Amino acid sequence: MTIKQILILIPLLPLFAAALVGIFRNYLPRWAAHVLTIAGVGAAFVLSVYIFNQTLSGFTLNEAVYTWLNSGDVHFEVGFLIDNLSAMMMVVVTFVSLMVHIYTIGYMEEDPGYSRFFSYISLFTFSMLMLVMSNNFMQLFFGWEAVGLVSYLLIGFWFTRPTAIYANLKAFLVNRVGDFGFLLGIGMVLYYFGNLDYATVFQRAPELAEVQVNLLGSSSWSLMTVTCLLLFVGAMGKSAQVPLHVWLPDSMEGPTPISALIHAATMVTAGIFMVARMSPLYELSTTALSTVMVIGAITALFMGFLGIIQNDIKRVVAYSTLSQLGYMTVALGASAYSVAIFHLMTHAFFKALLFLGAGSVIMGMHHDQDIRNMGNLKKYLPITWITSLIGSLALIGTPFFSGFYSKDSIIEAVELSHIPGSGFAYFAVIVGVFVTAFYSFRLYFLVFHGEEKWRHAKHDDHAHAAHVDAPRDDGHHDDHAHDDAHHHGLGPNDNPHEPGWVVTLPLVLLAIPSLVIGYIALEPMVFGDFFRSVIFVNPEAHPAMEHLAHHYHEFMHSPAGMAIHGFTSLPFILAASGVLLSWFFYMKRPDIPAAIKARFIVIYNILDNKYGFDSFNEKFFAGGSRCLGNLLWKFGDIMLIDGAMVNGAANTMGKIAARLRNLQSGLIYHYAFAMIIGVFLLMTFFIKIN
Amino acid sequence: MMQADLTSISWLSLAIWLPVLSGILVLLLGGDHKATLTRWLALAGSLASFLVTVPLYTLYDVQDGFFQFEELLPWIPAFNIHYHLGIDGFSLPLVLLTSFTTVIVVLAGWEVITKHVAQYMAAFLIMSGIMIGVFTALDAMLYYVFWEAMLIPMFLVIGIWGGPNRVYATVKFFLYTLLGSLLMLVAFIYLYHQTGSFELADYYLLPLSMQAQIYIFIAFFMAFAVKIPMWPVHTWLPDAHVEAPTGGSVVLAAIALKLGGYSFLRFAMPIAPDASHYFSAAMVALSLIAVVYIALVALVQKDMKKLIAYSSISHMGFVTLGFFMFSQLALEGAVMQMISHGFISSAMFLCVGVLYDRVHSREISAYGGVVNKMPVFAAFAVLFAMANSGLPGTSGFVGEFMVILAAVKFNFWVAFFAATTLIFGAAYTLWMTKRVFFGDVANHHVAELLDLNKREFLILGILAILVIGFGVYPQPITEVMQATSIEFLKHMAISKLPVTGY
Repeated sequence: MTIKQILILIPLLPLFAAALVGIFRNYLPRWAAHVLTIAGVGAAFVLSVYIFNQTLSGFTLNEAVYTWLNSGDVHFEVGFLIDNLSAMMMVVVTFVSLMVHIYTIGYMEEDPGYSRFFSYISLFTFSMLMLVMSNNFMQLFFGWEAVGLVSYLLIGFWFTRPTAIYANLKAFLVNRVGDFGFLLGIGMVLYYFGNLDYATVFQRAPELAEVQVNLLGSSSWSLMTVTCLLLFVGAMGKSAQVPLHVWLPDSMEGPTPISALIHAATMVTAGIFMVARMSPLYELSTTALSTVMVIGAITALFMGFLGIIQNDIKRVVAYSTLSQLGYMTVALGASAYSVAIFHLMTHAFFKALLFLGAGSVIMGMHHDQDIRNMGNLKKYLPITWITSLIGSLALIGTPFFSGFYSKDSIIEAVELSHIPGSGFAYFAVIVGVFVTAFYSFRLYFLVFHGEEKWRHAKHDDHAHAAHVDAPRDDGHHDDHAHDDAHHHGLGPNDNPHEPGWVVTLPLVLLAIPSLVIGYIALEPMVFGDFFRSVIFVNPEAHPAMEHLAHHYHEFMHSPAGMAIHGFTSLPFILAASGVLLSWFFYMKRPDIPAAIKARFIVIYNILDNKYGFDSFNEKFFAGGSRCLGNLLWKFGDIMLIDGAMVNGAANTMGKIAARLRNLQSGLIYHYAFAMIIGVFLLMTFFIKIN
Repeated sequence: MMQADLTSISWLSLAIWLPVLSGILVLLLGGDHKATLTRWLALAGSLASFLVTVPLYTLYDVQDGFFQFEELLPWIPAFNIHYHLGIDGFSLPLVLLTSFTTVIVVLAGWEVITKHVAQYMAAFLIMSGIMIGVFTALDAMLYYVFWEAMLIPMFLVIGIWGGPNRVYATVKFFLYTLLGSLLMLVAFIYLYHQTGSFELADYYLLPLSMQAQIYIFIAFFMAFAVKIPMWPVHTWLPDAHVEAPTGGSVVLAAIALKLGGYSFLRFAMPIAPDASHYFSAAMVALSLIAVVYIALVALVQKDMKKLIAYSSISHMGFVTLGFFMFSQLALEGAVMQMISHGFISSAMFLCVGVLYDRVHSREISAYGGVVNKMPVFAAFAVLFAMANSGLPGTSGFVGEFMVILAAVKFNFWVAFFAATTLIFGAAYTLWMTKRVFFGDVANHHVAELLDLNKREFLILGILAILVIGFGVYPQPITEVMQATSIEFLKHMAISKLPVTGY
């Protein structure tokens, strides 16, 4: 088998499995659903590792598979660009996907949509692979929208829940807003570069660096700035950057395994991957990089704040995802593309772990997701406890854990960056460290330590007791008060149980890279040659990365040295104080958070309303469009066009006809008179002409 | 040898007259008392009519941008009118789409139509032949006859098998189209006086003053813009769709609208190229209004068929937009959009038909949670909804993608407004999908729904395969139009203004 055939098989195996299970789900036994899809994804993982090994020894490939269509001198092709970046992404995607496939066997055990779910996640794996393996913008856009489709299907997986089908429509439309900009960006690329192939585009980019375009009146813009910003709008949609972040928290309506796979580890990082891939373009526009950095900083900081007040276990993790995506985006803005990809990878492992851990907790709690009803679960779910602790420590950037290396590198890169906005970005990522540590360990302490609070929660009504009786019920709990089928909650005398090995095995397998991958991959990925031929940085304009490498070799020498050094650095101190503070607040003095909340109710309300983005979008964009549509329809179509013109014309016709009818009186002398007049007029006409 | 034999057959005449003759045969032999025989007869006729169009594709020479399969016979020698047929890369896919859609329509009306079965089937078969006539006629008068003749079966379909308000809809349809067609006739007569023939090729070569071109263009515009339809002469379409039976809606959306688009390419633009350039900004503006304005109107519709009708108008905006940017990518995108819309709008109307046959309501609010009772149907419906929203990997993406990319080159802001379809198209389609298909079972009508039967599954399945197939691999369609679009643009670039020696 040639290597190209292997590459074709990698995305197609999950696709075939998805199609088979999806189409014949009513005829296949239940076990076939997971056996087939796991076989497909597992094989794709093994082959991806093989390809990754090949790329480590210098293998690259840029080749078309088939011609999609030709139009004049524009050729659209489907093809693969395999290099270190795509090979690494392929391994991460297939590995996390495989873990999630296995986990799903346990998580979705009792769900009637079991086969459908496996079909969807396999289809997702196919789409994501097409996205990362693409060698051109057209296929990138295909993968981009295809993952959006699967996300839509999976958020709305429980299609009878009003909130789920609201959330999936919202997710799709918000992503479409991003894709709108993305498509225009692709249009700019095609217009100015004459081609959609990455290789050609990147090669021609320096020639076009100085090109100016006129968009509005006489003001001229740099082509690169416009193109990069338009492409970044797409990334803002997919990677949930402010203000297009609004769909991600709501996407938690989907089953937990896909929150881990799609809405944490892989799909949402597509935007980060795209910008890193496009580094030869972004490097030519400092304006674009500044914008990217500031947007990322806003997301990193302000979404972190929202994590503090959430009580739904999944939503806390979701806001932390938003915040971490902000970190990656900041790294991109600092021209530290390799660091962003590095954080993308470590985050994929520890965030998938945290989500799957949360899912395990939810199963243990009989589908109660409110962290205020939990506590002391370490006693009942030991594996989940240990692995979640590892995930949390990685997330907050504890030295030696994977998250430390990537996050600390980001912070340093931002510190060393001097493009406009880097000062604010540095402030945001530094404060973000404290906030992240605080909400992560708030979650951790409330869930795994303290007293067993479900024993006191009132459960007379059993179904939604946790939500209805919650003391701080404030509106957004109706989010989950409806799905009685899934929200049982534990009775006062029940003990939670750890789910079976299909759930815990993926947790353990994800915990390992969450611990060690940073230590292993730091040197090759960030400071080594791994991305040398893939990611382009202009060291004169954006020297942050070079300084970072220099700094590392000068003072740290090794990953261990960096970790040891990390214990004395500002981020670690902030993270540690965040952990301490949350321990103090939620373990020692639970009365303090309540007092703070009462004292600063205004701020609390702002956070609780998520800064008002949702209500603004709902009123202004959704309501505005409907209002405008009604206006155009009722006034434009019905009143003006139909009323005045069409039916008006018909009525006028009728009136004229009625007049004309009077002429046909049936009296001979009327006709004779008309004839004489007519002959007279005709004669005059001909005489005139002659 | 075999090749020579095949090319000597008059494929185009067969493509036109076989469905017409089958239609007459169905009328003569069929009837309500032998409905089964009638249906099978109609199916056989439509399948045979489809099969005779297949060689047009297989024998077509993709390198040749001019007319192929030409047939030329004198018809009315006194006025120099000929029976002249031929196809190029623009008409070929449309001919195949027409003959294919007829098969789908016959299948779609299978058990649904119980009253005047023979007449119903015959109307569609005859209409199919006539529409292929429109797409293949190279003589203006022959074209005009087919163009007007097509209206008769369509009136009958809406007028006999239509909904309660069908009289208003047909009269509106009639008034709109007649007004436009008459002006087109005037233009043809003018051109006849200039050239002494109704031969299209003569018109292409005829030098015309700017003023004459402008009048001719406007006359054609009135005829074709109504048919497509373009804003602001579109309001007949939603009414016609709402009243038409499912088969009527399918033909109307899949083919009848394309008659207008095709005719721009065949008549208005090449006969009056300077006027086309002169009006291009206005045409682009009207197209963008169609894309944005109509999409917003579609958003607030309460009737599923009206919503899809408005969505059709919005999608056809991309067709006219693509025509008037004068680039190959845009032009081929526009033709691609016509073909793809043929599949997708058919599928959407058929989906509404599936629900209407069971519940007898087209109101969105009459449904909810259909997926609980009809999971297979819902899967198809979501697929077609996604195709209608232009998802990559479906045929709905290809044309829009090409036109939007070409628009960036034409003018960034044109592309900007055109690209809003990504948002609005998804909004109106998926919002409807959400309200109809998702959620809990809304009422006892929905609770009693039965999933697709084999016939419905077959129809939607074929369309699904085509929608995905041409989304993944559109090259078979675009490849046949390459040479033609190159020739077309060459022709459009040459001014027809008479050279005057001042």
